[in-house]
Amino acid sequence: MNKGIAITGMGIISSIGNTVEENLNALKSVSPGISRIEMLKTRHKDQIMVGEIKKTNDDLEKQLGLEPLHSFSRTAMIGTIAAKEALQDAQISDVNEYRTGFVSGTSVGGMDTTEKHYLGYTEIEDNRRFIQAQHAGFTTQSISNYLGINGYVSTISTACSSAANAIMLGARMIKAGKIDRMIVGGTDALSKFTINGFGTLMILSDSECTPFDDNRKGLNLGEAAAFLVLESDAVVEKENKKVLGRVAGWANANDAYHQTASSSDGEGAFLAMNEALRIADITADDIDYVNAHGTATPNNDLSEGVAMTRIFGEEKAPVFSSTKAFTGHTLAAAGSVEAVYSLLSLRENLIFPNLNFKSKMKEFSLVPQTELVSKEIKTILSNSFGFGGNCSTLIFTK
Amino acid sequence: MSDCYINGIASISAQPTTDPDTFLEDIISHKESIFRSHDPNYKEFIKPAAMRRMSKSVKMGVTAASMALNNSGVDMPDAIITGTGMGCKQDSEKFLENVLNNDEQFLTPTLFIQSTHNTVGGQVALGLGCKAYNVTYVQGAASFEASVMDAQLMLSEESGKNILVGGIDEVAKNSTLLHKLDGQIKDDDINVIDLLDSETSGTVASEGATFMVLGGQKTEKSIAKLIDVETVSAAKPDEIKIYIEKFITQNKLSIDDIDAVVLGNNGDVIYDNYYKNLQSSIFSKIEQLGYKHLIGDYHVASSFGFWLGCKVFKTNHVPDVLKVNDITAKKYDNILLYNQYLGKNHSIALLQRC
Repeated sequence: MNKGIAITGMGIISSIGNTVEENLNALKSVSPGISRIEMLKTRHKDQIMVGEIKKTNDDLEKQLGLEPLHSFSRTAMIGTIAAKEALQDAQISDVNEYRTGFVSGTSVGGMDTTEKHYLGYTEIEDNRRFIQAQHAGFTTQSISNYLGINGYVSTISTACSSAANAIMLGARMIKAGKIDRMIVGGTDALSKFTINGFGTLMILSDSECTPFDDNRKGLNLGEAAAFLVLESDAVVEKENKKVLGRVAGWANANDAYHQTASSSDGEGAFLAMNEALRIADITADDIDYVNAHGTATPNNDLSEGVAMTRIFGEEKAPVFSSTKAFTGHTLAAAGSVEAVYSLLSLRENLIFPNLNFKSKMKEFSLVPQTELVSKEIKTILSNSFGFGGNCSTLIFTK
Repeated sequence: MSDCYINGIASISAQPTTDPDTFLEDIISHKESIFRSHDPNYKEFIKPAAMRRMSKSVKMGVTAASMALNNSGVDMPDAIITGTGMGCKQDSEKFLENVLNNDEQFLTPTLFIQSTHNTVGGQVALGLGCKAYNVTYVQGAASFEASVMDAQLMLSEESGKNILVGGIDEVAKNSTLLHKLDGQIKDDDINVIDLLDSETSGTVASEGATFMVLGGQKTEKSIAKLIDVETVSAAKPDEIKIYIEKFITQNKLSIDDIDAVVLGNNGDVIYDNYYKNLQSSIFSKIEQLGYKHLIGDYHVASSFGFWLGCKVFKTNHVPDVLKVNDITAKKYDNILLYNQYLGKNHSIALLQRC
């Protein structure tokens, strides 16, 4: 087995909690964060259910100590909160002590501010500092400036697999010795742009989402940010760091089927899982639990399920669940949100349930784990897929 | 680290740059502060039915990708890595305006589907049926270089791969205009050819796409060796000087080994100081080339520098229109590229004759 890259810190803010421990408590007490929209102004607020962080932008500014005229987009603020927690968790006080990089995944970046001010930029001069926020990399730089990271800073935008690809890049760069430490993850805030975009695709559910259920109606959008600190073994040894887990396998493949839809044979997902197992140097039998992408759209769950049956065999599939019914689909952040949950699963020996499941899908015999269970877990496979045919898989080990 | 060769390259820009037999002999003179690319005949590369739905980014990207692949003799790449500052801005902008102007009603999915930053990467993969690694970087002026760094890393993992790397950015009517409001683009139209002598802040904006095929092995198609690329998120002018000196030393060369530098000066009187600080010091005895007075500036404009370097190796010649000082190199073996935008997203790259 590939030893993998050490994870020494994690941070998260989502609709089920503002810190790692709050998220764990919500997962353990089975308290999902799906509700009607309260923070964002949209005419759809009573039509759909979302995973919304119940903090106003003012709350977030105060929490970060930002002056109103230096505030960031919501995406950047929640990203900063999660990245800060990850650094604290890894007990890093001087970010420039080692060669440190920062990679964030985001789908729409500062769209939440763009859509608020877009029509008024000509009149309102004070808001023009947000014009640059329409560029996704600007969100990342708001976070990296706050953290004081000035060297390698990058943004990955592969829709809903962005954060998974950021984690993958961090692991590869450390493995190659290009860098000593990487803060990697993703952030996406709810925006009218996304809500209406997914609305036109008719894949938003008007009630709580039901991943892998035969009668699933679509997804709940969510907002979240989550980051991990990856460090080289040399740094871990020198600083005598606690290691939360390791990212031992990673892969990215393309479905090359349709710009937004997934193929019915799950080819991209199959290729990603297969290659991640190869990189981790383990077999499908070694996987104790799969944290599925499981968005609860008819298309995703079918395609992913078929790919899982191809990898594991329909009868031999390991325990799996999608945690999207807790947080909603947090888009670019999903890969890192679920990486944090995977690390918590490894630490607590718990499998977090796939909520709202009632009836098995017709197409295969796979049934997700629907109750919180305690189980010795050593190896977890986590999937993230996105528009553009992007399929990414990560493997986490103890 | 393993070797990295540029085995094919193509660029669509605001100048006629797609004919492999010419090298900026005929220059289009642009007179506005926002101008479009000079388009090749896209019909030669894209089927009409597919083309109808394609935004400018996708057309430029798919075409430049196809040209670069042809150029390299590679049919199916082992990875597709794209960089873009603003992504598919035209479709994003139209969708956003529909959302805002129609109070979130009467919307259709096509614009949203094509609005994601990875649309071009996805469309190139779809067109080729390429199921390999596919990632999109969105990091301002360092978007293209972030993609190149990933490709280089991948070749160090598996040197047998052929990797398609591209940078794409398009002008979108209103979003680009907003950059006049916040001072990124000059207020008044100017004779773009005189851009580098401008005494005002801001620059001029345009669009383009550059794709290249990178491989770990030298082939008969190899145009240049890509020695190294580095990005720096934020730094002061004097820090950049140190970064560049360190970069050259790390690659076991000295500043005297550099035959020409390709610089991203964009006529912004404030931020061009980053270049001028180098031009008058460590680069003072080196032939200096500029290009943004020809193609304008956009987040992946620096990818044009890679194309330029390759052209110089191929032709052993630098067109006068690119020269920004009086020095002419005796030979062109090592070419250094440096670019930044608004003092952020700096990139340094080194190309070598192979």
